[in-house]
Amino acid sequence: MSAQAGSSEFVTVASASAKRRLSLSFGSALTERIMTLVSPVALLLVWELAGRVGLLDQRYFPTPSTIFAALHALAASGELWSNTKASLVRLALGFLVGGIPALAIGILMGLSRPMRLVVDPLIAATYPVPKSAILPLLLLIFGLGEGSKIAMVAIGVFYPVAINTTAGVLTINKVYFEVGSHFGATKWQVFRTIALPGALPLIMTGIKLGAGLGLVLIALAEMVGAKQGLGYMIWNSWELLAVDTMYAGVLTIAVIGFVLTLFFNEIERLLVPWNRAS
Amino acid sequence: MIALTKRMSRGSVETPALFEPVALPAGDQCKIRFRNLRKDFAAGNRIFTALDEINLEIANGTFFVIVGPSGCGKTTLLRMLAGLERPSAGTIECARRGSGRPRMSMVFQGDAIFPWMTVWDNAAYALKLRNVPPGEVADIVGHFLDRTGLTKFARAYPHQLSGGMRQRVSIARAFANDPEILLMDEPFSALDEQNKTLLQEELLRIWDETKKTVLFITHSVDEAVTLGDKIMIMTAHPGRIKELVDVPFERPRKVIDLRAQPAYGELVFRIWGYLREEVQQARLQSEGRLEGKYGA
Repeated sequence: MSAQAGSSEFVTVASASAKRRLSLSFGSALTERIMTLVSPVALLLVWELAGRVGLLDQRYFPTPSTIFAALHALAASGELWSNTKASLVRLALGFLVGGIPALAIGILMGLSRPMRLVVDPLIAATYPVPKSAILPLLLLIFGLGEGSKIAMVAIGVFYPVAINTTAGVLTINKVYFEVGSHFGATKWQVFRTIALPGALPLIMTGIKLGAGLGLVLIALAEMVGAKQGLGYMIWNSWELLAVDTMYAGVLTIAVIGFVLTLFFNEIERLLVPWNRAS
Repeated sequence: MIALTKRMSRGSVETPALFEPVALPAGDQCKIRFRNLRKDFAAGNRIFTALDEINLEIANGTFFVIVGPSGCGKTTLLRMLAGLERPSAGTIECARRGSGRPRMSMVFQGDAIFPWMTVWDNAAYALKLRNVPPGEVADIVGHFLDRTGLTKFARAYPHQLSGGMRQRVSIARAFANDPEILLMDEPFSALDEQNKTLLQEELLRIWDETKKTVLFITHSVDEAVTLGDKIMIMTAHPGRIKELVDVPFERPRKVIDLRAQPAYGELVFRIWGYLREEVQQARLQSEGRLEGKYGA
């Protein structure tokens, strides 16, 4: 028996549409990438036009072209690079000083219940304190030099890394620890072959959050008593009323944040090739 | 420094420190001996006996299968052998040949291979923990990946494999460790019927090469009769030994040919006879528990 198209007994519920399938498979990745560029470019265009026709006050909102010109001048004089370098060095040092202990404490907390019971209240109590609120205290302890800046970043990085690492170890399926124990793994082997790799996806999340927070805090810390750095550059341009330099500094920080995200995404891809079906 | 055992003890009464079985004299044909074994768990403020009066001897080289209704403590029995739980009373003794080989390896229920290791690293895991020389590890792992048909996927990660292939990795890991006793806790229960049959065939083939003593847990009577030399049927909670049945079929066995024999069907039928009332009993027990909780 054959069913005739259009016969009253059969209704088409699905059929292949060659046109739609093709357009989707051809464009999706490329179109999506283009789409993410459309909104920033449109914003810059509207901004530039609004500035030129006088809708935006140039004293507060210099046009993008002026900002890029300022950025170019700063780059040419070497000022931009020396300030960026100063900030990046502090960020990196703060990252190590805060991140490494956070990783160790996070894993210990994940593996040991007593450790968790003792340390968790301390973290829960100090985590919500705005890190900016303790900058004066850090200046008091570490002085106006590098110490206070690095400490600021370290504190900012510590919490997300420690909290996510603990969560990472706790989400590892109990059966993996049983496998380790059954095959006679030592504590060090359990750490190396199960706890660390198993927690790595969430550790990377913590590191990425920490990087963002570290960038926020380094800019803030450099506005007080620093002689170099992007935060100093922004603050100094306020004092000199060089609004376009201020914007150039903000833009540089935004670009650093973006590049850091790409960098850590790539690191994650290398370290956690097993996570998700990618 | 790292209190691993505390983390693992959540939900059970004692800390499951590695349980050391007593050594039997060498030359004894008996491989494993259970004496008056009992296991209790605390459930709220009450004591719940999972296993009781287990007296049993398993001869060297036996493929020993345990069947029983869910909750009869068969997994607990295996976990005690694996050193993951400690008996509440009685002893487990194991013959030790002094070969330096590990005493047991377990194939865990469900997905228990590490998602962060490749197939090769998973299969080599137990050997690497014991610091076996790399050349030797490569030989052994290579052999068992070959036997389980995984050679081509040695560098793949578990998420790229099917459930059946992941279970093959788990079997390769346990065999590569070359234990004196192999423990298998419902290794095929999560697989579909076709894959299950294939893996049973493969397991029989690998087992025929080594003739290791195997303790195999299953809820499938078919699987028990297909694989086993001896089948132990357990009672509903608390788990006791109900019946021991010898499986007379010759080896090497072919799964499909075996199932075509009338004697196969008869044996399955006979074991179902023992099992039926226990399954009924287990069902009444679990319904009773629910009624105690939600009933009027």
